Amino acid sequence: MTKKQYAFYPGCSSQKGASAANYITSFGVICDKLDIQLNEIPDWNCCAASIGYAEGGELPRIVMGARNLALSDQHLPGQDIVSGCPACWLANREATERLQHSSSLMAEANEALKEVSLNLRTDFNTKSRHFTEVLIEDIGYAGMKAPVIKPLDGVKIAGYVGCQANRPYGIAGESFENPQYLDKMIETCGAEAVPYDQKVTCCGGALAFSEPEKAQALIRNIVESAYDHGADLIVTPCPLCQANVEIYQSEINKKKGTKFNMPVVYYTQLLNVAYGGSIKEAGLDGQLIRAEKLEKIAGK
Amino acid sequence: MTTAMTTANANEAAVAKYKNNFLKEVEATVEEGHWVKMCMQCGVCAGSCPFGPHWEHSPQKIFMMIRAGKREEVLKSDAMWMCTSCYNCMVRCPRQLPITHIMHGLANYSYRLGLSPKGQPNQAIAKLFWDSALKYGRVNELKFSLAMYFRDGFVQGVKNALAMQGVGLGLVKAGRLNPMEIISGHTCKDTSGIHKMIAKAREIEDRRRGLA
Repeated sequence: MTKKQYAFYPGCSSQKGASAANYITSFGVICDKLDIQLNEIPDWNCCAASIGYAEGGELPRIVMGARNLALSDQHLPGQDIVSGCPACWLANREATERLQHSSSLMAEANEALKEVSLNLRTDFNTKSRHFTEVLIEDIGYAGMKAPVIKPLDGVKIAGYVGCQANRPYGIAGESFENPQYLDKMIETCGAEAVPYDQKVTCCGGALAFSEPEKAQALIRNIVESAYDHGADLIVTPCPLCQANVEIYQSEINKKKGTKFNMPVVYYTQLLNVAYGGSIKEAGLDGQLIRAEKLEKIAGK
Repeated sequence: MTTAMTTANANEAAVAKYKNNFLKEVEATVEEGHWVKMCMQCGVCAGSCPFGPHWEHSPQKIFMMIRAGKREEVLKSDAMWMCTSCYNCMVRCPRQLPITHIMHGLANYSYRLGLSPKGQPNQAIAKLFWDSALKYGRVNELKFSLAMYFRDGFVQGVKNALAMQGVGLGLVKAGRLNPMEIISGHTCKDTSGIHKMIAKAREIEDRRRGLA
């Protein structure tokens, strides 16, 4: 079977030794089983992320995106640009849309791109997509289910979609207030998606760093609600949500006397284990709070 | 190559150019600023913001203040710096204003004019993030974190770093933080090209916005 080809934009947090390194590790088994090939865009740069606005401004930020788009178009023409990180996906997609909508912005971006000997063709309209879109739209839930050999029976999971995997673009056909796709993916793996009222709550994003008290109040709600609904673990499609919600639990415990110890994993780690991946292949050795229920299944 | 004006000069020039028409100034200089006049003051954005209780002014108020010509109050406010980029306001806005982008644009404009509040922590992180991303073409998470901890001086930095020591070591052990990044981290091949490209982009934008 020919593999489905995509241009791959990993993003800074997904590099080796970075905070979401285990997320990318968990893609391996999934791509093998579903015949997906991710071709890394050569010499990609940071997407500029949302927080880049203060120093960056509009055009420099869009140009950071435009360089990635131009490199992808040059080296991997015709392939949709896929990222696992919602912030990267958002930035790439936003850059594409803004450039399409404004010929003057496109002209300005191309003037800046001359400095790196690149040019973005004015009719560039290649799609930027999140990896969940590839799974949902190109593979489908039935296709995702087909390779499941170890259903995650009895595991109760809170599907935490967060912000940028859901807004402003989101997954086609889903609602911003109560998206269903993550719950469907959880159930595709044979686990139980518990009702979860903090599904689309913000974790504080980059401001978890600079406004720890304010962000930790949000994170506390996110974790507490998962406990209240009987979840064994939280699952998310976003590296920053994962890091914030996992990392700051110990801080909240110190300050508020809670006893949070809720694992936070990626949807790809669920699929990986359900497809028979090992603890290492699923990147479960990369958790600060180990997901024992998943490790038990993966270790069988 | 034109050089950017000093921030004080840029502010004076903007005041002179737009007189008392702050809405016109925002429309001409702020990212997506031309949408501000479309706000119908329903307040959904104010009620949708996760950091809502911590803002000096909600987006709804900011938009009305712009229309009322409250230039100083808006540009010196810390309000725009409290945006987590959650996009709740934007998807809920009945008039579909790109509120998140307008907030970012206002923050950037106030910063470029030297009017934004000094020492605002989110402004600090935004700048450190951009600087880190540009220096190597990709964000160096270790150096970025350390720069954030040490932004208020060495003594406070050591305290901050020690307070987060357990988390840091946990991440190292989990393979998600590489201590070697302090010496050699991930980098783009064409960092010098990227620097030139961004300098050029900034030059073009400054010229367009009357900041050069």
